[in-house]
Order: sequence, then C-alpha cells, then structure tokens
Amino acid sequence: MAAIQFLNVGKRYSEGHDALIGVDFTLASGEMAFLTGHSGAGKSTLLKLIMLMERASRGHVLVGDEDLGELPRRLVSWHRRRIGVVLQNHQLLFDRSVFANVVMPLEIAGYAPEDAARRVRAALDKVGLLNREKHNPITLSSGEQQRVGIARAIVHKPQVLLADEPTGNLDPELSEGVMRLFEQFNRIGTTVLIASHDLSLIHRMRKRTLVLKNGRLISGV
Amino acid sequence: MSKHDMNQGRTAPRRGAQRHHISFKAKSHGWLRHNRVVALDALRRMFLTPVATLMTLAVLAVSLALPGFLMTAVNNIQQFSQGFDANPRIALYLKTSVSDARAEQFSLELMLNPALSGVELIDREKGLQEFSSYSEFANLLSLFDSNPLPAVVLALPLDHSPHMLQALQSELLALPEVEEAQLDLEWIQRLNAYVVLAQRFSWVLSALLGLAVLLVVGNTLRMLLENRRDEILVAKLVGATDAWVRRPFLYSGFWYGLMGSILAIFMVSFAIHLIDQPVTELMSLYASRFELEGLGFKGGLTLMAVGSTLGLLGGFLSTGHHLREIEPDDR
Repeated sequence: MAAIQFLNVGKRYSEGHDALIGVDFTLASGEMAFLTGHSGAGKSTLLKLIMLMERASRGHVLVGDEDLGELPRRLVSWHRRRIGVVLQNHQLLFDRSVFANVVMPLEIAGYAPEDAARRVRAALDKVGLLNREKHNPITLSSGEQQRVGIARAIVHKPQVLLADEPTGNLDPELSEGVMRLFEQFNRIGTTVLIASHDLSLIHRMRKRTLVLKNGRLISGV
Repeated sequence: MSKHDMNQGRTAPRRGAQRHHISFKAKSHGWLRHNRVVALDALRRMFLTPVATLMTLAVLAVSLALPGFLMTAVNNIQQFSQGFDANPRIALYLKTSVSDARAEQFSLELMLNPALSGVELIDREKGLQEFSSYSEFANLLSLFDSNPLPAVVLALPLDHSPHMLQALQSELLALPEVEEAQLDLEWIQRLNAYVVLAQRFSWVLSALLGLAVLLVVGNTLRMLLENRRDEILVAKLVGATDAWVRRPFLYSGFWYGLMGSILAIFMVSFAIHLIDQPVTELMSLYASRFELEGLGFKGGLTLMAVGSTLGLLGGFLSTGHHLREIEPDDR
C-alpha cells in the first residue's frame, strides 16, 4: 500500500517560479527514503505539499488514499495530525518546558493528561531526553533541541514522518544518532521521508534516495 | 472512508505505527478540559501585564458605563413619571360658596354622568390637610381666618380622545357649582415624549459604544495574537484546528468584556451615589418622595452579559481573519 504518491505534480509560485515540474513517485507504507538535491531544487516545496503548507498547481498528491488536492481546508488539521514533521529550525517554543512542547500534539488530539504524560515520557525516553522533561528547550544544545523536535513529531505515532534537513545544524556524530532514531521509527512501521543535502550521510544509510534537480525528479523513482 | 470519519480522527487499519483511537467520550472530556485550562490561562495571562490590562479594562468600562448610566437615568425618569397618573382627569374646583354637604352631593351626581368612569371628592378639610403636609407654604395658611381652599372633585373621563375631553371639560365648567375645570394632561404627555426620546438616544449611544467595545477588544486581541504567533504556528503545524487555536483568544475577549462590565457597574453605582442626594433634595422641593434607583441586580447582570458577549464577539471577529493568515512554514 502506498503511503505517499506524487502523480505528475507541479508547483508554480505566484511570481511564476516553477518549484516542482512533473514529479512522479510512490513511497510505500513503512518505507524510509531520502530526498536530496541542491539548494532550491524543490525539496522543501515537496515536503510542504505533503504537509499541506502549500497546494500543488498541477497533478495529484496522495497520502494514504486521500487526494490532498480535494481535501477541504477544514480537514487540513486532521491531515496534519496523521503526519509527524521535524524541521531544521526545530520550531520549539521557548516559553515552556520540553514536556510542554512534546505534549502539544496529544493535547490537540484530546488525550487524557495521564495518558499524554505517559506517551510523552516514552517519546522522550526514545530520544534520550527523559531526564530533561522539565528543562526549557533554550537551555539545551542544538542536538538536544532537535531530539525534542523529533520526540514531538513521533509522540502521537504518526503514519508518516517527514524531516526537512534534520541534521543541518548538527555535527556528524549527532547527525548519525538522529538518523538512527529515524531508522528505529521506520522499523516499527512508520513511513519516513527525509530531505537532506548531506550526501555522505545518505550514502551511509543505504536507503532509497529521490534526487531533485531544478524541480524535476531525476533519480530514485 | 467518509469525510465524517476523517473528522472524527478515524483511519482505516494499516500496516505501520499503531494509531491510537480516541473515543468520542474521551474527546469530549478533552474538549472540556482544554476549555477549562485555556479559560484559566487566559485569565492568568491578563494579570501578567497588569498595567496594560487595567488600561484596556478602563476603556471598556467607560464605554459600557456610559450607556449603563444613561439607561439607569431613563429608567429613573420613567419611574418618576409613573408616579403620576397618565390617565386624563379633570380637576373641578368648586366655588367657595359651595358647602361641604353640597359638594358631596355634587360628586354623587357626577357619578351618574355616563361620560365619567370615576369621581373623587377632596373636600376643603382634606385639601387643607394635604396642602399642610406637602407644601412649603403651609405656614401661609395661618394668615387666613378660615380655610381658603375650595373643595375639588377629580373627574375621570371614559373617552380619552382630545376633542371629547375638551367637550367634557366645557360641559363640566358650565355646571353652577364649578368655578374652574382643569384638564391636567399635557405636561405628563410631554414628559413621556421626552422619556421616549431619551430612551432612543440611549439605544443609539449604546450601539455606538458597543461598537467601541468590539474595536477595543479586537485590537487588544490582535496584539495578543501577534505575541503568540510562534505558538500558533507550531500548533497548526502539529494539527491544531482553527477552533482550538482561537479558543484562548475567545476566552481573553470574554474575560475583558466581563471584567470591563464589572468595573462599569462600579462606575455607574458611584455616579448614582454622587447625584443621589441632590436629586432627593430637588424632589423634596416638589413634594415628591421619589428615590433614585441604581442599576440593580437585573441591570448589573444585563450589563455583565452584554459586556462578556461583546468581548466574545470581538475575539471571534478579530481573530478569525488573522488566524487564517497565520500558517506554518519551515523557514
């Protein structure tokens, strides 16, 4: 079963720039893949289409059996709850603790506090930050902050995990650790798509790699 | 899978990470819990910036107190005017030569008049007593050797149309016992017209100041929304609905409106207290025992309901558009 499908997808921004042109690929459920290409190749745009931060100008983007082009605005939040996302800049809130950051998707989904707390601790345990739950994220290192972001992305056990340059600010050793975490989540069935331009890391992971160049998918189909 | 199912967060069974189903009951509890938490948090956040909050509340309170005060004033005038009989009546001042016995017989004769619904006799003795107890000029009576006041018969006409009243007034004036027939209606009609005008004016002013409340709350919440932009972005990124994101701002609007109206109640009460004594003194000059009334329990509750509803509405209107504009990006 396909977790993500791109069928002849194009994205043109209002200023006329074509970010994606005729992109076709399928990511099977439970698969882990990398998305690479030079800066401006369209990696982030592709992830944004999956997250419904943007809508495709042409073609069809399917997540599960849902055509995102036909998904009404009121169901965008429902769609995003099915997906976990890790961003390079972490998008953490520094006015609250690590715990409060990670628990947010569960609060939104309506989990009971006790259940949510148990799941948050399990997620923090997975990323090795159980002892930091009461800390403010601003007191953590960049690598730790990234791991908080990962814990938040996986705490509600999403079907699909997306990561946009998750190791961009990390040294090689931490990058390797983060990738191992993604592998662990993939092993329990989560579909993982990681956008990265770190080719050496991608080679070491030995996973399917989709290569974008000037908005076109040139390899990995 | 139907869209309804999707809205409930249900998905088809699949291979991969286990998705946890949340029951409707659990979701309802979650919704209630979130409302409680967010309501208290909105209140707590107001006290984090006490000076700014007080300034906003003061503006809201003034905007709510003005119509509140006007309404109270109109109510008091209405109360005052209700103290007078709005039904037309003709006061027949009998000639001083008419004896008490004749006056009583005359009033009985009038009762038989089919154009009248009732008759009340105020004989000379009773007239003197009333004059002595209510008038500032009672001591002047000592200058007279005998009671100078005439007997008065109050005649209540059945037909209230102006031309019939005037015809009746002329008919009664023609009676030999009657010295003067006074139709006393115009001034109370005029007062009632002024009350209606004041009521309309206070409604218009209330609507304008209600709009001011909406704008003040809206502007305050827009600033709050900008301050929490990052939080909104992250919440939307992880799947928060517009309703979930909007909720704290609605509660902030509600609290601002409610507290502003409570402050307004104090302002109106204080203003009423300030003018209470002069009004009582003025009324006593007119031999009236009228007492000024404040907003009262019902009025206070109404002002609180109006204030909190306007706050809620202000929150809804101001955040609706802005929240749609704030969408996550990975930059």
